[in-house]
Amino acid sequence: MSERIKKIFEARSKKLVTFTTGGDPDLNTSLEILKTIIDNGIDIIEIGMPFSDPMADGPTIQESSVRSLANGTKINDIFEIVMAVRKFNNEIPIILMGYYNSIFNLGIDNFTTKCAKTGIDGLIIVDLQPEEDSELYTKSKEKNIDLIRLITPTTDQKRLNTILNNASGFLYYVTVTGITGQNSANIEDLKKSINTIKTSTKLPIVAGFGIKNRNDVEQISPFTDGVVVGSSIVNIIKENLNDKHKMINKIKTFTKDLKEGMNE
Amino acid sequence: MTIKNSYKQLPNEKGYFGSFGGRYVSETLMPLIIEVEKEYIKIKSDKNFKKELNHYMKTYVGRPSPLFFAERITEDLGGPKIYFKRDELNHTGAHKINNCMGQILLAKRMGKKRIIAETGAGQHGVATATVCALFGLPCIVYMGEKDIKRQSPNVFRMKLLGAEIRSVKTGSKSLKDAMNEALRDWVTNVKDTFYIIGTAAGPHPYPAMVRDFQSVIGEEVRQQILDAENRLPDLLMACIGGGSNALGLFHEFLDDKQIEMIAVEAAGHGLDSGEHAASLSGGKPGILHGNKTYLLQSQDGQIDEAHSISAGLDYPGIGPEHSYLFEQKRVQYMSATDKEAIEAFQYCCNLEGIIPALEPSHALAVLKKIAKKYSKDKIVVMNMCGRGDKDIFTIAEELNIKL
Repeated sequence: MSERIKKIFEARSKKLVTFTTGGDPDLNTSLEILKTIIDNGIDIIEIGMPFSDPMADGPTIQESSVRSLANGTKINDIFEIVMAVRKFNNEIPIILMGYYNSIFNLGIDNFTTKCAKTGIDGLIIVDLQPEEDSELYTKSKEKNIDLIRLITPTTDQKRLNTILNNASGFLYYVTVTGITGQNSANIEDLKKSINTIKTSTKLPIVAGFGIKNRNDVEQISPFTDGVVVGSSIVNIIKENLNDKHKMINKIKTFTKDLKEGMNE
Repeated sequence: MTIKNSYKQLPNEKGYFGSFGGRYVSETLMPLIIEVEKEYIKIKSDKNFKKELNHYMKTYVGRPSPLFFAERITEDLGGPKIYFKRDELNHTGAHKINNCMGQILLAKRMGKKRIIAETGAGQHGVATATVCALFGLPCIVYMGEKDIKRQSPNVFRMKLLGAEIRSVKTGSKSLKDAMNEALRDWVTNVKDTFYIIGTAAGPHPYPAMVRDFQSVIGEEVRQQILDAENRLPDLLMACIGGGSNALGLFHEFLDDKQIEMIAVEAAGHGLDSGEHAASLSGGKPGILHGNKTYLLQSQDGQIDEAHSISAGLDYPGIGPEHSYLFEQKRVQYMSATDKEAIEAFQYCCNLEGIIPALEPSHALAVLKKIAKKYSKDKIVVMNMCGRGDKDIFTIAEELNIKL
C-alpha cells in the first residue's frame, strides 16, 4: 500500500482530488497547472494518461486527450511530469488514470517499475475490472502502488464483495451511470449508496463523475471521504487556450473556491 | 461428445481464445454484461428460442441462402471449382442480419426497451434497424461522419426503417469511433438498453455469441456441398474486418483439419503504405473495445486509424478468435488492396452477374491470384457475404464516372 495515500487519509478531513490530462494543452503548461493546483492545497492529484479511444470519457476529456496527443505526448512524458512534480512536492499522492492498453503496451512489469521509480502512488484503470486485473494487481502490490477499484451505481452486493477483495488505498465511487463530465447524481441516492458501501469496508470512499463546482463539493463531501473534480478544470483549459496566463489564474480561483467548499 | 483440443470448444469460461478475448469494460457495464452472458448460455440450449430464431431465419431472412457454382469464374481462372455461399441474398443484403436476429430475440427476452448499434458500411446498421422495426423497438445507430458520406444509400435505408442515426465526428470518424460512441451510450443507459454489436468482437460473450449466430452459414454449407459434390470443400475463403462472416463460414469446419482456410484483410493502399486495415498483418496485441486482440497501434499504444475503400473493413482491430486462429496458424491471413478489390468487383459483375459488396470483393481478389495453385479437382467455397448496391457510388467515384 502506498504510504502517501495512507498518510493523507489518516488526517481525517475530507480530501479534494483533481483530474487533469497529462500534457494538456502541452507538457509545460500541464505541469504549471499541476503546480497551481497543488499550491492551492488540493490533497490528491490524478493525472490522465491520454488515449486515442477514451470510451469512458465525455467530450471534454476526450478533447483534452486529443490536444495532448496532438502535441506529441508519450507515456514517458507522463512519467517526466510526475518526476517534475516530485521535485517540489514529495508528499501529495499522485494517481495515474487511464486505459489498459497504455499499460499493456509498455509491459506491466516495465510500467509499474517506472511508476515506483517516479513516485506514483496509485492507478485507476477504467477498463480493467477485478476479473482481468490480477497481473497488474500483483505487480503493483509488489511496488506499494495501490490499484484503485471503481464502484458504480450498477454494482450489487455480490459484485461489491469481488471488488473489495484486494482493494487498497481508497475506493472510487462513480456517482452516475455514464461518462465523465455529463449528468450529476441525485444527492439522496448517492448518500444512500455510499452509506451502504461503508457497511462493507473501512477503506476511504472518494466520489467522482459529474461533480462540477463548489456547490456539488459542498453537498457531496459531508458523506464521502473525498470528491474528484475533473471536467470543470479541463473546461477552463479548453476555454483559455489562447491565454495561458488567464488559464492558470482561472484554475487558481476555481480550485481555491472548491477547497473552501470542502472546509465548510 | 466433446473432442479433445477442439477449436470449437473455445472460448473458455472467462471468454478467452488462447490469450485473446476477455472482458475489458467500465465497471458500470460489468453487471449487465455478466447478465447478457447468463442469458446467452440459457438460450443456447433452449429449444423454444431455437425454434423462434429458425422461424424468422426461414420466413423473414430467407435462409438457407443458396450455394452457387460460379462456373464462368471457375473456367476463367482455370483452377479449382469455385462456389459462392450467397449470403448477399439474405434480407437486407448481407450476413449481418443472422446475428441481429439472434441478438434482438435475446434482448427481447431480457426485457430491454431500447437498441443501440454501431455501423461502418451501414450493413449492420440496416440489419439492426430492420429487426428493430420488425419487433417495434426504438433503434439508435452510431455511424462515423466519413462513413455516412460514403454509404449514403444505407443511411437512407436506416432512416426509412425508423432508426435514428447519430453522426460520430470524433477520431477517424469511422467504425472504431462509432463503437466508442455506442459504448458511451450503453454505459449511460445501461438499465434499459441492449447493444447489438455487429461483429465477433467486444467483451465476452459477444465474440462467441456473434460467431454462434453466424455459424448457420457454415452449417448450411456443409449440407449443401455434400449434396452438390458428395464431399467437403478443400478451401474456405472469406474477407475480414471484425471477422464475423469468416467465422460464420469457418467455425463449422475448424476441426476438419484437412480443410484449408484463408481470410482476407483489407490492405487499403498497400501494407507498406501505412494506410490499411490489416490488423493481423500489420498490428500487435492490445486492448480495445472490451477485448484483447491484434490492433493497429503506434509504438506508444495509441490506436491508429485504419484505411480501406470498404467501410465494412475499415477498422483497426479484429475479433479475438481470429487473433488466436492466426497465432495457431489454423487460418491463413492474406490481404488485398483497394485497387485489387475494385478489379475483383468488376470481374464478378461481368462474369457472374453478381454485384458483390466491396468487402467480399477483397476475398475474391485473393482467390483470383491463388486459384492457379489449386488443381481442377479441388473445391473452394467463398462467402459472398454482402451485395454491392451500397457501394455503387464509391465505385463510380473510383472509376471517375459521373452518375
